[in-house]
Amino acid sequence: MQVLYLLIEMIVKCVVVFACLMICVAYLTWLERKVLGHIQIRYGPNRCGPYGLLQPFSDAIKAFFKEDLIPGRADKPVFVLAPMISIISAISLFAVIPFGNQFTIPGTDWVVKLRIADVDIGLLYVFALASIGEFGIILGGWASGNKYGLTGSLRAAAQMISYEVALGLSILGIIILSQTLRLTEIVHQQAGGFWNWNVWYQPMAFILYLICGLAEINRTPFDMPEAESELACGFNIEYSSMKFALFFMAEYAHMVTMGALAVTLFWGGWQPPFPFLSFIPGVVWFSAKLFVFLFFFIWQRGTFPRLRYDQIMKFGWKVMVPLALANLLITGLVVSLKG
Amino acid sequence: MIIPLLKGLGLTLSRFFSKPITYQYPEEKVPPAKHWRGIQYFEKNEQGRMRCVACGLCMAVCPSQCIYIETGEDEQFGRYPIRYELDASRCIFCGYCEEACPVKAIFMGKNYEWVENNRRTYLMNTEKLLEEKKNNP
Repeated sequence: MQVLYLLIEMIVKCVVVFACLMICVAYLTWLERKVLGHIQIRYGPNRCGPYGLLQPFSDAIKAFFKEDLIPGRADKPVFVLAPMISIISAISLFAVIPFGNQFTIPGTDWVVKLRIADVDIGLLYVFALASIGEFGIILGGWASGNKYGLTGSLRAAAQMISYEVALGLSILGIIILSQTLRLTEIVHQQAGGFWNWNVWYQPMAFILYLICGLAEINRTPFDMPEAESELACGFNIEYSSMKFALFFMAEYAHMVTMGALAVTLFWGGWQPPFPFLSFIPGVVWFSAKLFVFLFFFIWQRGTFPRLRYDQIMKFGWKVMVPLALANLLITGLVVSLKG
Repeated sequence: MIIPLLKGLGLTLSRFFSKPITYQYPEEKVPPAKHWRGIQYFEKNEQGRMRCVACGLCMAVCPSQCIYIETGEDEQFGRYPIRYELDASRCIFCGYCEEACPVKAIFMGKNYEWVENNRRTYLMNTEKLLEEKKNNP
């Protein structure tokens, strides 16, 4: 029976998390258009349902009914495979994110842990899968048989390799401090109020993580792979219909995961900012913090223009990597001196 | 290097909380400019008759030749147009007819919305021109 219960629990958790993530992605597109609209002193979508709240569904219906075109020069299997790689890796990233502590089902002694998988190498898993996700973009652009697509995917490859270095190095400070790769453990160590959050011990790493995270998910200051004005949409130029929608969803799901990881690593995950606020469930705190990050991602998109390609490369290798290395050295030094 | 970035973020945040300047068109119309020249209308005189005396000046001055007048005589009230046709689909809204009119009968209105499926329906006669007054309070 125990195994059956475990199986049911796993399936329910998977379905709920998947549904929540998909709804989150759908409404993130709405939120983005809304926030960008208000930043530009206009309304954004407001025709489809109250406040345009049905807009994501109308977009989804439109994407389903569009013509699904595969160009003649495309490498067909890879062309079809690329969006799948992107979306699968983006969604499965969320499996290790702890979005709440645990609760007991009333009337039983069955404890439900609020995360799908509590793996020992959680952080490593995240970075491995995030890198696989980039293959989707690179292969998609390459398989299109289009010069803009190819340029976009080349840029994606170069940018992601450069920024993944700095991203990984910025995270190492957290790993040194918490002595573990298990995300739940990292969150547990940040319990007891906002002054215990890692962001106060690793402020440099936090900023580096945010900037490199933006480069990793192709947000605007670093959206080289799909630079509309120069590459006419870059890697997804030949994609239409649901294949394009998959790339789009993967981008937003990746964005949610980047935000969730920032919350987990730096902002104390599901922990409340003050100990006396712990009667509010952890999921609420997690969502609230995640919203702050997502709003920041959208907000900075509405503010900053895209950098030039050589500027991005220079910034990545000459600023981000040395800063991340320095941060790593100082953290290591302080930790070893304190014993 | 960081301060300009933060300034930019502050600016967009202040814009985010300001009220949008959008006019939600079908429900909310942009008020036309003071001297806007829209679809013409006829004014009536004190007796409630139209002021037009069918002098033909508007027909003569119209650059796109969209006005056609047939003049008639009335024992009691003098000259009046038997037929006054204004082809709104050809009108270029220059406003010369309003300027030329010696009795202040025709005016350029403020209305700028008029869509039809059929070109014939753009032909305005005296009734239509008098009716158009309702759109120009």
